[in-house]
Amino acid sequence: MASKVTRPLWMGLPKWYTRLAKAIALTIVVSIVVFPFWTIVATSIASPNEVIENGGWVIWPSAVDLTAYTSIFKGEVITRALLISGGVTVLGTATSLVATIALAYALARPGVFGGKPVLLLVLFTFLFPPAMIPSFLVVKELGLLNSFPALVLPVLINVFNLVIMRGFFQGVPTELIEAARLDGAGEFRILTRVVLPLSKSIVAVVGLFYAVSYWNAFFNAVIYMDAHNYPVQAVLRQYVTQGAALSDLGNAEASILNSPQSVKMAVVVIATLPIMLIYPFVQRFFVKGVLTGAIKS
Amino acid sequence: MTVTAASTGGTPAPDAAPGDPPVPEPRAPKVKPKRTRAQRLRRDLFLVGLMLPGVIYFVVFHYGALFGNLIAFKDYVTFIGVWDSAWVGIDNFTVLLGDPDFWNAAGNTVVIALLQLVFFFPAPLALALLLNSLVGDKIRRFVQSVVYLPHFISWVIVVALFNQVLGDVGVLNGILDDNGLSTIDIIGNPDAFKPLVVVQVIWKEAGWGTIIFLAALANVDEQLYEASAIDGAGWWRRLWHVTLPAIRPVIVLLLILRLGDILTVGFEQFFLQRDAVGPEVGEVLDTFIYWSGIQDGHFGVAAAAGLMKGVLGVALVYTANKISHRLGEQGVYR
Repeated sequence: MASKVTRPLWMGLPKWYTRLAKAIALTIVVSIVVFPFWTIVATSIASPNEVIENGGWVIWPSAVDLTAYTSIFKGEVITRALLISGGVTVLGTATSLVATIALAYALARPGVFGGKPVLLLVLFTFLFPPAMIPSFLVVKELGLLNSFPALVLPVLINVFNLVIMRGFFQGVPTELIEAARLDGAGEFRILTRVVLPLSKSIVAVVGLFYAVSYWNAFFNAVIYMDAHNYPVQAVLRQYVTQGAALSDLGNAEASILNSPQSVKMAVVVIATLPIMLIYPFVQRFFVKGVLTGAIKS
Repeated sequence: MTVTAASTGGTPAPDAAPGDPPVPEPRAPKVKPKRTRAQRLRRDLFLVGLMLPGVIYFVVFHYGALFGNLIAFKDYVTFIGVWDSAWVGIDNFTVLLGDPDFWNAAGNTVVIALLQLVFFFPAPLALALLLNSLVGDKIRRFVQSVVYLPHFISWVIVVALFNQVLGDVGVLNGILDDNGLSTIDIIGNPDAFKPLVVVQVIWKEAGWGTIIFLAALANVDEQLYEASAIDGAGWWRRLWHVTLPAIRPVIVLLLILRLGDILTVGFEQFFLQRDAVGPEVGEVLDTFIYWSGIQDGHFGVAAAAGLMKGVLGVALVYTANKISHRLGEQGVYR
């Protein structure tokens, strides 16, 4: 019963070969996405010797061996980078969310003082996103080079997120706001007690978008920060794609192991893990969030 | 308390009516046509306060940067600063246009952009059609959550994954080698670079790109399908005569947006892989700006390149929008 979704009559019954072709196509698509993740996890949890014997990769480890992970956490480089990434992600997401909610809420109220010019000011930046060199100079002139605010302030509000959020707030029934006001609620109470509780889904989606972009960011760190203040993605770049050894980066413990490949893959897994962990929880909100935004803009 | 005063908002007439009458209004005058600016400001003080941090952010980091484009017309010297550096007119542009490295980067950008347009742009549409043809909800949701995932993975990790699977000591070549076959040189091979970066962007973003097409497909009128099926149209004819015309506005819209962004082929992707294949094939406009500006210190020239890229992008969107209007499409509205 549950699996049989109503199939319109005009569609007719599918031919066996179309069903087979679709099944094959879907299997290929899913495997192409999943396989790379599978092999990095497998390589990271295989014993270092097995990885070496097999030439640098494993698809099915014969036994689970977490040496690669323990060696990473014994050294300082990755641990410090993870702390930096975590801190920037948590504080950055919180700051960005507050700033975005505040501006979006004010701009969603009809006839607010200064609403129209501010909205124009914001939407114009869609047309001319800040270019790399002038942005760098702004950060530099503000004296933010090699300070952690440089990783947050220049990307504080994302216009797309702002537009999605504003669109959602506009959909909150004015009757509710009016009723709250008649009950004597001030603007702050209306926002925190009436509007925000109704907007949990959009706050979750926008929060996820911010968190992911803070966690994944590496380029701003590369241009604004000194190497010892790099977040994990920037370290990963040096280590995995530029081929620097962890020992060069000051991680003595990991370099003792003679299979850098399993350690590398363990770092990749660690840098991916937070996203994998929150993804299932917020995933169901995406479509709604992205679409309201897309329609409004 | 300015109960009614606040509820009437900027346009006094329409809002005041519903539900209000029974509430006694002791002092507030019932009809007060126009508020002065100062009164509106006082009324909205809290909301204006909410706007303030955001406005400061946009002014400093967006308009400040926009203003900073002026150094494209200056000889920027780091320790003198943006303000006091000397004006040099269009010298930076002449230097830029005489630089073969710039033209190499521009050429690579255009070739990669065209490859993306031909191979990457239709990929989400094809995937969306496949997903849309699934009647079973469970399989469809499962596939969707799998294919959205790579969108959330950073480029650093995507490059690491590709190296691990396709690199010369990666899984693919390992398997080929174990079976006595000859290995394929993909990662770090300049000839394979351009196809590789297109495959990477398809892997990362095609799934996410289906969202907007799936929404458009869900809005196609069922009755059209039914009628055409009764008239004997098969799957292909329904696709060609019903589905594609119905979602054409969305396709055109995305195409225009893509055109405006065409000179941006994806900075991080190229920043990460340029050194593996060398600037000859791996340099695009954005990486050129980075290396000549922030690495080599030619800020004025790099800013000139960035400014030209930005202006060209706006011009492209404008033109594409005009053309789509001519063809009777809605376009983007700007």
